[in-house]
Amino acid sequence: MQHAKLLPALLLWALFTAAPALAQVHEFRLDNGLKVLVKEDHRAPVVVSQIWYKVGSSYEHDGITGVSHVLEHMMFKGTARHGPGEFSRIIAENGGEENAFTGRDYTAYFQQLERSRLEVSFEMEADRMRNLLLPEEEFAREVKVVMEERRMRTEDRPESLTYEQLNAAAFVNSPYHHPIIGWMEDLESLEIADLAAWYRRWYAPNNATLVVVGDVEPRQVRELAEKHFGPIPPSELKPPKPRAEIRQRGERRVVVRAPAELPYLLMGYKVPVLKTAAEEWEPYALEVLAGVLDGGDSARLARNLVRKRQLAASAGAGYNLYSMRQDLFLLDGTPARGHSAAELEKALREEIERLKREPVSSAELARIKAQVVAGKTYEQDSIFYQAMQMGTLETVGLGWQRMDEYSDRVLAITAEQLQKVARKYLVDERLTVARLEPLPLENGNGGKGQGGEQHEDR
Amino acid sequence: MRIGSFMAVLPRAVAKAAIWSLALLLPLGGAVASPDIQHWKTGNGGRVYFVAAPQLPMVDVRVVFDAGSARDGELPGLASMTNGLLDAAAGKLDEEAIAERLEGLGAQLGSAALRDMAMVSLRTLSAPEYLDPALEIMSAILARPGFPEKIFQRERKQMLIGLQAEQQSPSAIARKAFYRAIYGEHPYAIPGSGTEESLQAMQRSDLARFHERYYVAANGVVAIVGDLSRQQAERLAERLMTGLPEGEPAPPLPKVKPLARAVERKIPFPSSQTHILVGQPGMTRTDPDYLPLYVGNHILGGSGFGSRIMAEIREKRGLAYSAYSFFRPMRRKGPFQIGLQTRNDKADEAQRVLRETLQGFIEQGPTAAELEAAKKNITGGFPLRIDSNRDILEYIAMIGFYNLPLDYLESFNRRVEAVTLEQIRDAFRRRVDPKRMATVTVGGGE
Repeated sequence: MQHAKLLPALLLWALFTAAPALAQVHEFRLDNGLKVLVKEDHRAPVVVSQIWYKVGSSYEHDGITGVSHVLEHMMFKGTARHGPGEFSRIIAENGGEENAFTGRDYTAYFQQLERSRLEVSFEMEADRMRNLLLPEEEFAREVKVVMEERRMRTEDRPESLTYEQLNAAAFVNSPYHHPIIGWMEDLESLEIADLAAWYRRWYAPNNATLVVVGDVEPRQVRELAEKHFGPIPPSELKPPKPRAEIRQRGERRVVVRAPAELPYLLMGYKVPVLKTAAEEWEPYALEVLAGVLDGGDSARLARNLVRKRQLAASAGAGYNLYSMRQDLFLLDGTPARGHSAAELEKALREEIERLKREPVSSAELARIKAQVVAGKTYEQDSIFYQAMQMGTLETVGLGWQRMDEYSDRVLAITAEQLQKVARKYLVDERLTVARLEPLPLENGNGGKGQGGEQHEDR
Repeated sequence: MRIGSFMAVLPRAVAKAAIWSLALLLPLGGAVASPDIQHWKTGNGGRVYFVAAPQLPMVDVRVVFDAGSARDGELPGLASMTNGLLDAAAGKLDEEAIAERLEGLGAQLGSAALRDMAMVSLRTLSAPEYLDPALEIMSAILARPGFPEKIFQRERKQMLIGLQAEQQSPSAIARKAFYRAIYGEHPYAIPGSGTEESLQAMQRSDLARFHERYYVAANGVVAIVGDLSRQQAERLAERLMTGLPEGEPAPPLPKVKPLARAVERKIPFPSSQTHILVGQPGMTRTDPDYLPLYVGNHILGGSGFGSRIMAEIREKRGLAYSAYSFFRPMRRKGPFQIGLQTRNDKADEAQRVLRETLQGFIEQGPTAAELEAAKKNITGGFPLRIDSNRDILEYIAMIGFYNLPLDYLESFNRRVEAVTLEQIRDAFRRRVDPKRMATVTVGGGE
């Protein structure tokens, strides 16, 4: 058994050197400050174009939370040249797919097109970078759409409510305190003037990165970018205040009571990310640690808590080393029938203590690394994913080059380093725990399922 | 793991993939070369579909059986439980060894049971030192699953928890009630996640019996995309299927009866929104009206922004974040479904707008401009739908499972171009009856 497990580890290096040469990324900057990244991928005659702005919910302050996301919705509501909805209509007519997304640290717009239509996307993105109209009556409707979105994603989902409360308790002054979609109360008082000011402040070529991946020639992309984005003058940018999270001085606990069937537990430890880490290897060690706990069926949480001890119906761990600010190393889970959230919390803490006490075995480490190496090939099957990675890294200020470093850095992590970060960061002084306590779903739906009764109306 | 589901980002619209199921992915063909699909049978009668993709050193393979929840019979949840427990023990390997070995190779194993199909998928590097051991495990999982009693008991509890999770989700409650309302006694009404009674009644031997009957070569399709020669692909397919008996295809499913009359189900739930689903049995994968219904629905509510339902519900009135319609083509008539979710006090208004929009579309059909735009979108987007190995795998698995012609992709654009306004009007009038819709609402608040 042991030998069988070691085998892939020995093969790692051979594969890594034999992996296909990574396509080169072409990087240039227009005179107005727009950064452009182009990666060639000639497997299919398609292209993805994404424009990333350095703005998102972590740029917001109290009272206007959610403004970045509402503005993203309004970016489809027209300029002098294109009426409301016309961007979408033109992209559709060109056989394209388009959408946009808002995160804590970025707002991005994208189109996927047959390669010859790239210019259609540039023309419209350049137009709406500066010439958005923000009509009052469109805003009045769209902000209602966003409130429905909040109801759907958060208000009616007990686990999402719990996650929102965890962040609000864990972060006191860091803007990661508030949700991307904003508090309902802030959405209700949002005004078009708030959006207009936000748009003027952040939508500028020198605050954006254009990422193009696909069957294109970098020279031709550059010409098109010069033609459409080149004439836009840069803005004077005032960077956001640092707002680094104050020191936590002891464990925090939150209870969320909401109509639900199942209890749920979330634990978050404040940890560094690449952007904030004093020691560059630490975030990579935390990344591997998340893999030790939850990198597949053979990882510890599934094996020990779900299968062996059967305390958890599900259990997971997560960490994002590319966040712009100090973030949480998360653990979550739903207790198995007949077990409580308290038991599950105890078991999760035991797993954390074990990480501090014992070095991770070489077989476990080898499995995680094998997945990272294979993942590097798999991810090349999606040009969209590649563009996402480059856009994220550039926008949070790490630089796209980190994408290519990732597997080398992960492969270099040792069991000793894992133990070090566990001891240093997975400690009670950095912990916030949120627990969902179900309230009965008494209104309809036939009550609780615990009794083993089947209800016609489900 | 749920952590990932908290959406690190908020998209402006629900991705279409979230609304369209696997079986609904739309094949398109045109100026761009379609993948060269090769087809043959294994020695024991399994049908194989292969596309060579030498650009990346990896292989995707999926084996699909006619073993979805439509085959559950008296034990709802059986197809799902059987499929989910295939990797709980196989040949000499226990579940820990299976997980460790596959993950140690960097391979990714997945499985799923839908209504029509149950499948097992593998993604692996193509170098033989990775591919060979991964395939060996996959073939053992398919042919020699052990279904150990202890793990069966554990999984039953997991599925019971899954039922509870559904009960706290208004959208899951609505979906189950909707299928029950439109399918009545037909096997498509069976909830794939099971029921409390059926899960309690299920025995380990039921799984073994289900596997023995349905996981057989004559009832399966192998789809392969990757860095392999035809010869290598043939060997791969043989290795995967060789342990399976030839067996027999699953018997035909009963035909779906149309709804006799309108059905309304109101399910109170303490949510801030009301989830509304409206629909009836729709069309089959090989339906003679497939193209006019598909292209027509693209205009009605299948293409997001700019479609009529999205325009009326969201863009003009701000009533919902997501509003759509789709036909889910299946072996027998899959659902035609319209859906949205809105704050409780707007539920009546939203329902009225949905009805009027549907009624207007059936009476007048699309405009010439709408049809023109839809055709441009569908045909112009062809290359996007086949730009990755993963996409191509889904298509060829679907083509194989539903026995569609090999030129299905290649000819699709041509057939879309040929659809006329009159065909769409005619097909909607014959096939969509607004007087006999099932309407399910879940919500209403405290």
